[in-house]
Amino acid sequence: MTASPAGQLHMQVMWNRLISVVEEQAQALLRTAFGSVVREAGDLSAGVYDLRGRMLAQAVTGTPGHVNTMAVAVGHFLERFPIDTMREGDVYVTNDPWMGTGHLFDFVVVTPAFRAGRLVSLFASTCHLVDVGGLGFSADARSVYEEGIRVPHMKLYDRGTLNDVLMRVIETNVRQPIEAKGDMMALVSCNNAGCTRFVAMMDEFGIDSIDPLAEHILENSRRAMEEAVRKVPQGEYRASMTLDGYEDEVRLELRMTVKDGAITLDYEGSSAASQFGINSPKCYSDAYSVFGLKCVVAPEVPNNAGSLSVIRVEAPEGSIVNPLDPSPVTARHVVGQMLPDIVFGCLHQAMSGGVQAESSGSIWVLAMSGPAERDSAEAFTVMSVSVGGVGARPTKDGLDSTAFPSGVGAIPVEVTESVAPVVFWRREFQPDSGGAGRFRGGLGQIVEIESRCNLPFQISAATFDRLRNPARGREKGEPGAAGQLKLAHGQDLVGKGVHEVPPGERLVIELPGGGGFGDPRARSPDAVAADVRNGIVSREAARKAYGVAVNEDGALDEVETAKLRGG
Amino acid sequence: MSKSQGRGVRLAVDIGGTFTDVALETGERRITIKVLTTQDAPDRGVLQGITSVLEEAHVAPEAVGLIIHGTTLATNALIERKGARTAFVTTDGFRDVLETGYERRFEQYDIYMDKPPPLVPRRLRFTVPERVAADGCVLRKLDEGALSTLAKQLESEGIESIGIGFLHSYVNAAHEERAREVLLAALPHLSVTISSEVSPEIREYDRFSTACANAYVQPQMAGYLSKLSVACRGMGLTCPLLLMTSAGGLTTIDSAIRFPIRLVESGPAGGAMLASHLARVYGLGDVLSFDMGGTTAKICLISDGVPERSRAFEVARAYRNLKGSGLPVRVPVIEMVEIGAGGGSLASVDAMHRIAVGPESAGSEPGPACYGQGGRRPAVTDANLVLHRLDAERFAGGSIKLDPAAARDAIAADVGRALGLDASWAAVGISEIVEENMANAARVHAIERGKVIERHVMIAFGGGAPLHACRVARKLGVTRILVPAGAGVGSAIGFLRAPISYQVTRSRYGLLADLDLSALNGWLSAMRDEARAIVEPGAPNEPLTETRHVDLRYTGQGHELVIALPTRDLGPDDLGKLHRDFEDRYRALYGLTLPDMGIETLTWSVTVSTEPEAVTAVPTPSYSAEGFEPTGLREVFDPDAGKPVPTPVYWRPDLTPGAEIIGPALIDEDETTTLIADGWRARIDGRGYIDMAQLPGNGGG
Repeated sequence: MTASPAGQLHMQVMWNRLISVVEEQAQALLRTAFGSVVREAGDLSAGVYDLRGRMLAQAVTGTPGHVNTMAVAVGHFLERFPIDTMREGDVYVTNDPWMGTGHLFDFVVVTPAFRAGRLVSLFASTCHLVDVGGLGFSADARSVYEEGIRVPHMKLYDRGTLNDVLMRVIETNVRQPIEAKGDMMALVSCNNAGCTRFVAMMDEFGIDSIDPLAEHILENSRRAMEEAVRKVPQGEYRASMTLDGYEDEVRLELRMTVKDGAITLDYEGSSAASQFGINSPKCYSDAYSVFGLKCVVAPEVPNNAGSLSVIRVEAPEGSIVNPLDPSPVTARHVVGQMLPDIVFGCLHQAMSGGVQAESSGSIWVLAMSGPAERDSAEAFTVMSVSVGGVGARPTKDGLDSTAFPSGVGAIPVEVTESVAPVVFWRREFQPDSGGAGRFRGGLGQIVEIESRCNLPFQISAATFDRLRNPARGREKGEPGAAGQLKLAHGQDLVGKGVHEVPPGERLVIELPGGGGFGDPRARSPDAVAADVRNGIVSREAARKAYGVAVNEDGALDEVETAKLRGG
Repeated sequence: MSKSQGRGVRLAVDIGGTFTDVALETGERRITIKVLTTQDAPDRGVLQGITSVLEEAHVAPEAVGLIIHGTTLATNALIERKGARTAFVTTDGFRDVLETGYERRFEQYDIYMDKPPPLVPRRLRFTVPERVAADGCVLRKLDEGALSTLAKQLESEGIESIGIGFLHSYVNAAHEERAREVLLAALPHLSVTISSEVSPEIREYDRFSTACANAYVQPQMAGYLSKLSVACRGMGLTCPLLLMTSAGGLTTIDSAIRFPIRLVESGPAGGAMLASHLARVYGLGDVLSFDMGGTTAKICLISDGVPERSRAFEVARAYRNLKGSGLPVRVPVIEMVEIGAGGGSLASVDAMHRIAVGPESAGSEPGPACYGQGGRRPAVTDANLVLHRLDAERFAGGSIKLDPAAARDAIAADVGRALGLDASWAAVGISEIVEENMANAARVHAIERGKVIERHVMIAFGGGAPLHACRVARKLGVTRILVPAGAGVGSAIGFLRAPISYQVTRSRYGLLADLDLSALNGWLSAMRDEARAIVEPGAPNEPLTETRHVDLRYTGQGHELVIALPTRDLGPDDLGKLHRDFEDRYRALYGLTLPDMGIETLTWSVTVSTEPEAVTAVPTPSYSAEGFEPTGLREVFDPDAGKPVPTPVYWRPDLTPGAEIIGPALIDEDETTTLIADGWRARIDGRGYIDMAQLPGNGGG
């Protein structure tokens, strides 16, 4: 770097400011968007780009699913609307799963920022709309056409004038048009906030172009990422994983190649795309693969075009991790959110000390609907989210009932019950669900739901996986408990499809636990006894899985334990 | 007779981590002292401080009309996990709400992060059969037999305090109240907190967490406060003792013993109350209160003398001060952004060759490298010393001799080397980044509230703020800064300015369009009565004011706007007005409204308060630079010139009202140093405060 000391510090301060600008942009969106998934769980994203469409900074929000998707989305816009055609007051939009962030629910809005009549940068944002028509939040569509309205790259505003035709078409095709319009406006206004602050920043620092700053950011980030990658031993690593899938089990294969300061992840050999909506478009597969990798290799390096350029993801066309248009993709995260686990599978072989065991993976979206009250035509729909356990770490237990890799969070039971006629009778840890190990996998939980008004209701089971393929442990750690879906007095239900819960019956949902790490017999007997006293490991499991005897009063029986472990 | 005279001699005591500050005010006279905090028995330090200040002021204990006390004891108990042996009793099926929390990782990329462990471990969390629905109907009766069995278990476990939290108790508290009765009948010595009293708001995790935190600190706080009030009486201090709350109001001992969780963060609240008072004295509309200490900087926005308030707070953040790494507490608080930016904040260089400052702090032990107490890593104070903004001999009244060589070495080693910068430029970088962090926090905070930051006047206090105020102001476009006197005991002085007040809240989820007005008016009156019952004993014969607010949002949104209500029964006409007020505020913040969208009501609040103290105008002296001489020159490094520039240094006690100084210059005093940047002018006003303004033609950065 040849810059003067003052110039160098100047760049640093501006980079710092740019991050503050996109964080502010994301906060503005969070406060004005609709729907519980955005509101309580932060399913949104915001970023700033140079005129070549390269992402320079992105707000850290609820979900890693937007990391690479947003990084490439603006590039796609530029192919349809080249820079020299952009005018002040233009705003562009799409929800194309392959051009945006992986399913129709996410609308991506791009706004060019102008300063004194000259285009200086681009701002983009996305959030999950409450509804996009079609089948709703379901994996049951056989093609993207059934999944809802699709908006190709279009102008939402042309030189400041709203595209009424487009807006009316969208409003007409969704179940909650007011919210949809509100969300679109929220995206537009958060981008405006970003543009305004960015232009003010240019004025304050007296710069005419974003280019020198862009080069500084991208170059430093790329270099930091490369340095981090060079610490991973070169070589080729392979891992595979099986998921429940929909019509068939899904087989994932990954080959990770580390060479010359770059990493390639290749999903060659993975299952073909499903006929149902659990396919993960390439952009979304990229996002979660890179997220997994970054967690282990370079957690502190920010996401931008520079750092992301060091990692390549490849996947055969038409596979479940690179489905082609018009494959259905609504519940893309069933597969997408499992990808960090398989990336960890490769990294575990490469990194000394190892990497955390497998997790429950994809969040379980509880999309419930039914009649709102007795003798009424009115219907309710409500979306809640449940999460299972995270895999044990090489030096620590896994996190209990916590979303990973998704960054979303829980929706309070009191909030869900206030807006929908359902009653949660239970939502607590499921004992013995964490995979046994020297470090225990995170606990899953058990949730029981009934209609509040003694009427039937439906649950759209789009996203429940690991019912037959639990999270595996590492280094002799045992798998976490598998998930389960059933009626309290009735049969087991499968993890995909729409189920009806009869009046008076409870839907019972058991979220999977995380896998254990290390030999359970190497776990500290005191830690096992503490788990027994806390009621999260049973005395039987302590004995059987851990070789630890705990008395009825919760005290450790050292003599018996020595005997059990000695054998 | 003004109220401040009516209250006669007043004493304020603020227990902090290191020092206990005592301020005594009698008419126009104010005496402040600092004594060391006595960690083992904090009341001892308090009594020592009171005794000393009374002696120094020649005031008899009987002459004191009011003692105001703020303490970090509750916060410390939560941070250090040294509270009572606490159990939590909750609805069957929901044993783990306290532990699952938001079910979210607050730091996305750190796979080794841990969530804050709950205050009550699982084996001390018990469930009883009962269930109330969202509309308040009982779905399952409370099983009193189960409670009686539970009481025996609690006794054998040696439980000292219990939190009770049932689902939807904010709508119907009957089960919680009955459970308390049953448990207290069996175990009369127990402290019991019920969630519907301490935080009657929707969202079970936040409410249960608040109830649990209250239960956790209650026995200790009750013991401490009772002991202190007995000891005060023993000294002849027969006046009322009031406690400072996190909302910036004062409350009675009885109320503090019931809801000690409302006392967390009373110190920073005191600082904000001082700034609010000054805003009224100076007639300032929009004020940015900027309080920078050793480990953090606190920023608060004040409009027309009233600080921004909220009900969301997090105590005991355990991970880089990150949101989500602490315990949520829903009580009335003064809304502040607190960021890890203080004199002790440590600087480093990250993998992207960026300077990072804070939130990690050197604290007072070992302190910045220049303290010479074994600290090897560079802190913000080291940077200020290397740039010669601080005098090595005069820091903290000369009590700590600073070592410039140690500061220079630490900065060169940890920051300069990685960036190819010499120590001076590296120090400029550290200072720039910490200022940028503070400015960003202030700017974002203002924008989120629909405020224009440039219109604010900054009030800077705490050891670090006057040093960085000019440069932060320049980044924000702020053109006027006030630096009050006695900045080091700002919180204690702020206590003296606080009204006696209490806020009662209730969540009532519903649609604005179909509110049951008669029921609503009933609750609001009951809430007012509850608040008055707490305020009146502390403020006999004083006129009280009342304010009412409701949190509104568009149906389905996640963010509520707080809208003021008339302080009387609501009629049908008021609903239209509320709707319009909401839309006006929404438009002001977000630039649009959604006319077809319904509006939801979430939480109602009623605050009863004494009136703010009357203020007198500041006399304006005639200003002149004549007759005020600098005590010397310091070679302060100037980034614009790229070299040290001789800068005049003044000694604040030498400067009397009317003094005028044109920057660049420094004003040293025992507790802090004020930096007057190039292009700024400082005047010592009629109160002896430093009033700085940017000279015309010196805008921009």
